[in-house]
Amino acid sequence: MDLPLPWPFDRDYMQLALVAGVVVGACAPLIGTFMVQRRLSLMGDGVGHVAFAGVAAGLLAGVWPVWTALVAAVGGAVAIEWLRARGRATGDLALALFFYAGIAGGVVLTGLAGSLDAGTLTYLFGSILTVTPGDVRTIAVLGAIIVAVVVLAWRALLSVVLDEDAARVAGLPVDGLNLALAALTAVTVVAGMRIVGVLLVAALMVLPVGAAQRLATSFRSTLIIASAIGALSAFVGLVVARQWDLAPGGTIVLVAAGTFVLVAAVPRRGHVLRL
Amino acid sequence: MGPVLLADAVTFAYGRTQILDCVNLTVDTGEFVALVGPNGSGKSTLIKVLLGLLRPDAGRVSVLGSPPQDLTERWRIGYVPQRPPALDLLPVTVAEVVASGRLARSGWWRRARAADRTAIDEALEVVALTEHARHPLAQLSGGQQQRALIAKALVAGPDLLVLDEPVAGVDVASQRRFRDALVSLTVVHRKAVLLVSHELGAVADDLDRLVVLRGGKVGFDGPPAELTATGVSLGVHAHDLPLWLEGL
Repeated sequence: MDLPLPWPFDRDYMQLALVAGVVVGACAPLIGTFMVQRRLSLMGDGVGHVAFAGVAAGLLAGVWPVWTALVAAVGGAVAIEWLRARGRATGDLALALFFYAGIAGGVVLTGLAGSLDAGTLTYLFGSILTVTPGDVRTIAVLGAIIVAVVVLAWRALLSVVLDEDAARVAGLPVDGLNLALAALTAVTVVAGMRIVGVLLVAALMVLPVGAAQRLATSFRSTLIIASAIGALSAFVGLVVARQWDLAPGGTIVLVAAGTFVLVAAVPRRGHVLRL
Repeated sequence: MGPVLLADAVTFAYGRTQILDCVNLTVDTGEFVALVGPNGSGKSTLIKVLLGLLRPDAGRVSVLGSPPQDLTERWRIGYVPQRPPALDLLPVTVAEVVASGRLARSGWWRRARAADRTAIDEALEVVALTEHARHPLAQLSGGQQQRALIAKALVAGPDLLVLDEPVAGVDVASQRRFRDALVSLTVVHRKAVLLVSHELGAVADDLDRLVVLRGGKVGFDGPPAELTATGVSLGVHAHDLPLWLEGL
């Protein structure tokens, strides 16, 4: 990929970063919208910590860490959902369990692998400027899966968010939808791992949604606006990071946080955007 | 044809705590039945057992002729749960809420078709919320939000409507509209309605039967007139019904 784009996307690595960043920025809030409404805003964080243990397992086993992270994250997300749904633990306690067990497991496995180095840090804090065409392809496929499922199932997922019991009585496949959402959270975390890192990827799932909720008039428009804010945060974050030589992952999240603060600071006089 | 809803000697316990003790209940086609009882009497648990959300320890439940877990056309049950407290925070329009009630009938993966849009318009009309269809739910009053949830339960065209405390905290005008909608459903459309409520004032005169649950047992099951013959007026007692039930 070497397109004749103007500064700051005139370099090949910046163009790859732009595609990867915009895809993750647009897709993460699609899943985050449902998590925020279910009061599970920190689920992405918990799954991210489990994904770190997966990365460490991959480094130890000599396997591409993205695959091991995907397996660990999906397993962790499904387990969190199982604990929550069966009432074995409250949502926040289930998250705390995997939050701490994940990071502790990652530290132990990384120690065993003897690989607590720059390679590991790229997964913890992201390294968007070093993404390869292969990374971009993987991110694009994961993003396409997320968009396809949300387009297909957002109404049913909204029904579950509104009232799980009522959705179950109506005959909707509530358990399947909840598990699909948990698995997609894991997919989102893994897709965003190389962009902003497992420690910050949950921010892209939550902050754009917080801002969108104050602008949107409907659930559908919340999804669209949150996705747009996420993509815009990735774009602006990359520009700012290039201009002032900042860490791009953190800058993208700070732009999303700034957008949220800005929108929250503006007094609401009814809703402003109707999509 | 058997009853739309049947509980036959249903028993249920949470661990060692007995909640329902040999409960019998029937609701027939076109019948308007209210289930009342003091807090902790087992009303909500009975509703969950009847709807298949909980399995009874003993006894038999039948909904529209089948055990609840075997019922394939589950959209034939309209269920209005107690108003979720988080409803005020959801960024969702009235039309989106109502449309979500249609998914089980039309297919949750499909886009809304003309028949779905017509059904949504009709359900909104029944609860007098047509002009609020595009409004965010959070901007509506508690009574209007409750009516939106009732429209969500009606939109699939159910044969049985189960409502759990639907008028709690609802203003008088909304209660009147709510009463008109339920009467129309039972009398005109011959749907069965089971209403769980502490506040019967708005519908007391329209009930076919009243079932009183106390301590997990049915304490009374009959026409409201049988109670009024003993000097009890459901209208008069509407506001202190829970206290009155304690002394029944």
